[in-house]
Amino acid sequence: MQFAFLLEQVVNGLVLGGYYLLIALGLSLIFSVGGVVNLAHGAFFALGAYVSVEITKYLGFGSAVVLSPIAVAMLGILFERYILRRFYTADPILSLLVTFGLAMVAEQAIRIIWGAPPISAAIPPALRGSVFLGDFLFSRYRLLILAVVIAVLVGVWLLLHKTSFGRVVRAGIQRPDMVAALGIRLQPYMTAIVMLGVGMAALAGAFFAPITIVQPAMGADIITVAFVVVVIGGLGSFWGVVIAALLVGVVRGITIHFEPAAGEASMYVLMFVVLLVRPRGLLGERIEKFE
Amino acid sequence: MFSYSRRTLLKTGAAFAGASALGFPAIVRAQATRIKIGHLVPLTGFLGAIGSYAQLGVKLAAEEINQSGGIMGKQIDLISEDSVNPATASTKAQRMIEQDGAVVLLGEISSASSLTIMQVAERNKKVFFSTGARSDALRGKNCNRYSFHCDIPNTVMVNAVGTALNQKGMVKGKKFFTLTADYIFGHDLLKAAKTFFDANGATLAGDELIATDVTDFSPYLLKVRQAKPDVVCCNLAGNQVTNLVKQYAEFGFPYPLVGFNLNTGDAWAAGEGNLSGTWPTVWYHTLDNPASKAFVAAFTQKYGKPPENHAWIEYVTLKLLAQAINEIKSTESDALIAHFEKQTEFDIMKARKGYFRSWDHQLVQEAYPFTVKPKGEMKDKWDMLVLGDAVPVAAEPLEKIYPTKTQNPCEMKA
Repeated sequence: MQFAFLLEQVVNGLVLGGYYLLIALGLSLIFSVGGVVNLAHGAFFALGAYVSVEITKYLGFGSAVVLSPIAVAMLGILFERYILRRFYTADPILSLLVTFGLAMVAEQAIRIIWGAPPISAAIPPALRGSVFLGDFLFSRYRLLILAVVIAVLVGVWLLLHKTSFGRVVRAGIQRPDMVAALGIRLQPYMTAIVMLGVGMAALAGAFFAPITIVQPAMGADIITVAFVVVVIGGLGSFWGVVIAALLVGVVRGITIHFEPAAGEASMYVLMFVVLLVRPRGLLGERIEKFE
Repeated sequence: MFSYSRRTLLKTGAAFAGASALGFPAIVRAQATRIKIGHLVPLTGFLGAIGSYAQLGVKLAAEEINQSGGIMGKQIDLISEDSVNPATASTKAQRMIEQDGAVVLLGEISSASSLTIMQVAERNKKVFFSTGARSDALRGKNCNRYSFHCDIPNTVMVNAVGTALNQKGMVKGKKFFTLTADYIFGHDLLKAAKTFFDANGATLAGDELIATDVTDFSPYLLKVRQAKPDVVCCNLAGNQVTNLVKQYAEFGFPYPLVGFNLNTGDAWAAGEGNLSGTWPTVWYHTLDNPASKAFVAAFTQKYGKPPENHAWIEYVTLKLLAQAINEIKSTESDALIAHFEKQTEFDIMKARKGYFRSWDHQLVQEAYPFTVKPKGEMKDKWDMLVLGDAVPVAAEPLEKIYPTKTQNPCEMKA
């Protein structure tokens, strides 16, 4: 019985890892292609949540989880075009300062627009409750999130590996100078990557608004976890981020099963160990421009 | 193209992520002269949401006092800041007294931060009104002469909910599973809960201590199900409560969820149809008395939403403080303490008046259990609670539900 409980925590951890993945994958892509740590990534997550709560009031939950990420992705275009683009070749401290500042501006803007107290959001009644698969208990809503994550993951993988767009992006990660020499401008690709990245963060926000508190600082809270996942997974690796996100979720679940008080520390210990053994991250590639 | 190493980038990034996790300070200062009052309340972190209501309440009180002539003819200068965490709270409290010249301090929701401010108050011999901290230990073994406690302590919340649960036959012989906030407040509340379970024939099937920054409760909920309790009991605080309530509704467990701590701000944020069960509260904006109605009307007109219980306690505290200073014509700590230790009664917008108990400086007052209003009966989205009968019942003395001297020993050094 003890083993079954542990297994239940592992499976639950995988589902939670899927949620971390939605945020971390975008952060990793923007980092890999542009060389910019987007500390404002959490702000897009928060915006995704707030916008979806607003849309839910008028058009229902189904429309909200589709429209909110699209709206935020559009905002991502402006973000890339007018802010991020200026910092790809600059000293990294500048892009860190700018995105950090932007995260503060966004948080304060949310306070001004929606107020400092949290806003209320709930799951549609049809998606409430748990389902049993054998002896395992799953929240119905989280199974839906899992399905969405898998769909997004497959989509992004196909985009990166089976299209000409993806080939340019992957080449851009490894050898931006060669891509430039071949006469391809990376900038439009970067715009698309930022759109995709912040869109995924907003999607995570939209799906998590009904089950976690929706408050102005929610973005700042999540960015740390996303960053840990990216560091554990390693740069430039699609599967590295996937494995890291799932690992963080599972390790947290197992830790809480045995030693609840250490639950939140577990991911940092994991990061510490991984960096000690493999400074490049689990599947991090040797990227010339970063060495 | 890139002249820096990935290692540098990662290190700087980690530093920034860490810095952002500490939260962005929100600083609000009032412009005026003369009597300075220091106010600290968490505006960020897991108590930030309810802290924002507290700040609105205290600002409204300061404005009203200033409009009606101030304190001893002087205007109040309210210095209100984010207390952030216990260490920062203590530093800021010291600065407010030393550099800003605050004559008295008030505020706080976190019991951990309140404890450090209490120490600053004692060291500097300035009076501090701890408005929203609920840990019994603050009025018990950690009490001091300069600190007054306005919110109900943990034992009272347990007694308020416990009385209601006993009436429904949900205590005797039942197995409870508790989820507890992992800091002084939660530990203290769990202790009060255990005392209650022991005294009323209930057992504790399991307890989980949960860090204050946890947002995902699913691993803990799985452990709840494994324990198969009769009742699940929430001893959490701030954002934790909202997150638990939302995710408890998400999993749809059959075990009833009750709680020994809840602020109406947490309930309002929980989302439609998510909250159920029996909980305690210290005040609610639907209480039917003239003072309460006037306050609710003034607050709603100014801020476009009704006051939360922390807005109420801050408003009441600053008002009764101003009234006291006007009466004794002094802001000296000794004069203030002597005045409040006379157990003078104040109108605190409840059926019965309240007073600070002389030996532990606790504001003795009614409390209320509540259940959740069915959706169809709600007048608006703020109208979600059905208040039970005030505890203790009208015929009994107010002190009946408060910890006694033996339960919660407080020795004040002169």
